[in-house]
Amino acid sequence: MLAIAPGTRVLAAMSGGVDSAVAAALLAEHGCEVTGVTLKLWCYGQSPVSPRACCTIDAIDDARRVAERYNFRYFVVDAEEVFRARVLQPFLDDYANGRTPYPCALCNQGLKFGDLVSRMDALGSERLVTGHYARLGPDEHGAPALRRALDLSKDQSYALALVPYTSLERTVFPLGELTKPEVREHAARLSLSVWDKPDSQDLCFVPDGDYAGFMEHQLGEKRGSVAGPIETAEGERLGTHRGIAHFTVGQRKGLGLAAPEPLYVLQVDAKRDAVIVGSRKDLERPGLETGVVNWLMTAPPAAGTRVDVKIRAHHEAAAGRLDPRADGTAEVHFDVPQAAITPGQLAVFYAGDRVLGGAPIARAL
Amino acid sequence: MRRNSTHRERAPVTYFDHNASTPVRPEVIDCVRDCLERLHGNPSSMHRDGQRARAAIERAREQVAALVGAEPRAVVFTSGGTEGDHLALIGGARAMVGQGRRVAISAVEHHAVHGAAQVLERDGFEVSHLGVDYAGRVNLGDIDALPAGTTLVSLMLANNETGVIEPVADAAARAHARGMRLHCDAVQAAGKLVLDVKRLGADYLVMSAHKLGGPKGVGALVLAGDAPLESLQRGSSHEHGHRGGTENVSGIVGFGVAAMAAAAELEQESTRLGTLRAQLERGLLEALPDAVIHAAAAERLPNTVSVSIPGAHSDMMLMALDARGFEISAGAACASGAVEPSPVMLAMGVPRELAICALRLSMGRTTSAADVDALLAAFVPSARAVRAMQLA
Repeated sequence: MLAIAPGTRVLAAMSGGVDSAVAAALLAEHGCEVTGVTLKLWCYGQSPVSPRACCTIDAIDDARRVAERYNFRYFVVDAEEVFRARVLQPFLDDYANGRTPYPCALCNQGLKFGDLVSRMDALGSERLVTGHYARLGPDEHGAPALRRALDLSKDQSYALALVPYTSLERTVFPLGELTKPEVREHAARLSLSVWDKPDSQDLCFVPDGDYAGFMEHQLGEKRGSVAGPIETAEGERLGTHRGIAHFTVGQRKGLGLAAPEPLYVLQVDAKRDAVIVGSRKDLERPGLETGVVNWLMTAPPAAGTRVDVKIRAHHEAAAGRLDPRADGTAEVHFDVPQAAITPGQLAVFYAGDRVLGGAPIARAL
Repeated sequence: MRRNSTHRERAPVTYFDHNASTPVRPEVIDCVRDCLERLHGNPSSMHRDGQRARAAIERAREQVAALVGAEPRAVVFTSGGTEGDHLALIGGARAMVGQGRRVAISAVEHHAVHGAAQVLERDGFEVSHLGVDYAGRVNLGDIDALPAGTTLVSLMLANNETGVIEPVADAAARAHARGMRLHCDAVQAAGKLVLDVKRLGADYLVMSAHKLGGPKGVGALVLAGDAPLESLQRGSSHEHGHRGGTENVSGIVGFGVAAMAAAAELEQESTRLGTLRAQLERGLLEALPDAVIHAAAAERLPNTVSVSIPGAHSDMMLMALDARGFEISAGAACASGAVEPSPVMLAMGVPRELAICALRLSMGRTTSAADVDALLAAFVPSARAVRAMQLA
């Protein structure tokens, strides 16, 4: 079942949650020489936080217990600086610029598949292990390929679309062919105390989901919390909002407007601190333009390649054509217009179950 | 090398963390086991079994006292270094509130002393901090400048991270000249340095058994004859009324045996370890010429090397050496267990970028010259690999 030889020296990224615990324990059980690492991304001190948040002292204790039970090395590595530079700062900048960031992808890119991978040689580790629900396997030319998890309801390939292509051949995803109930069964069978921990839902560093409040109060971020106009695409002013950081494309709640038909956020204009609203129909757009694409293949695909494109984590991928551009960005034209194409979220391109690449959405076309 | 058992054998490990804790001496293990098997009486009981337990404690008290040149009745057994520091600092300061509500501690004290000082601060005491120089030695002049009303000065004998030996006798003389008492945390020094509490001039001296080959969970506070002390744990008159609670008989007996053994081999061991330290430092500097041995110019414990390899973060070095079978220690750890720059290094004025690379290599009774050679053979490639790492 596990495509890795017993005895292989592996570095297991452990968040303290059930998935990464099972991934590490399965490899230890398989006979791999495991070193577990928790990246401390954020110092919570001793303050009580949601049980869903990772990187807490309790989560670290949970991970440490797994390591003790399976008798492998375990370390906590302070990665606060890297986290701040590679994840938090872009998160703040995105909100300040009217975009809706997807920090999980940056965390995978910069921390687990960046910082941790760069530590592997010094530790003599051959493979990186994480608890992601995704699969790896060679493509028809034998090159590494990232694929969706077998359990599509848990598939995390979207969040992995920005990882460096070269990291794939050094990685193992032991959970890629398992369902969540199967993972919990393994956890119970392996006597891991984390077997019934709740799934993580929101961003690990904003356990209550209040991003704007977190930015303002925890990080002292002033940008994005300036009052400004709510207006129609034609420029008609309908009201006032308390800061663009509170809004994302497609949002209906929290506008504080009384209108005959439901209004949705169509666009966030950071230059003017304006929130543009309109009808559900206006939300649908035929295409999008991306930032620089992270290709998870040896060369970008040909212009006009048919792909399925996921435009947010819980989106059903939609069919369309993909046109890579010479400057590294790409254009997508959907067969059917898509609602709420949101700058800052990722566009991830799939050919069947394979991820060809991904990029942040620059704008809807 | 398929290994399916969940209790796989660990690869052999070479231990270079004796300042954290050192293996229990075989004769101590025998004695503790014997004590657990035979001495079931409560030392406070009047009957024969109680008397036998009491006698065992008193024998240990003599052995521990002898290690530091104290009278046996000056020894108060505690649960270890942290309790000893709390009892001395808090109990001493409280007993002297008539003269003032101020204490002073050096900037390089162990967490246990900083913690005790925080307790006093919460009770309304003022706490002054004595600075150290780049070699980690306390600025003695700071003692002369302490505000009036200071009753107690706390200065460790040897630093746990750098091994730097502090000028405790001079500090005590200056403190006494101003009518202040001196508390000395000798947890790292006891058993490693020839130690005479009277010549040192300490009014309160703290030791811990597990740093010198005894069991964990037992230690002692040694009091000068007239040192004021208010007990923190009150019960019946255990430990001359200084520390209530039924005694940890087997632990105390083990401490006594360990103290006796440490005293017997102290001079020879000290010379042997000093030679190993020189071998280790020479090897490090030859292979890595930009390595920084902290407080190299200061008088230090013979077993401790504190070194920074510029550009090689201590957490990675610790992991890389662990992967090669060597256990060392690094800086300070936060609540999560992640490595943080050591406050001791920062107090010494070591730049932050060097402080985050600080490693402690500490040797002990079981360390051989071959171990030092093996550590050097693993250390040098580890340092090169860690330095070559391009962190994102």
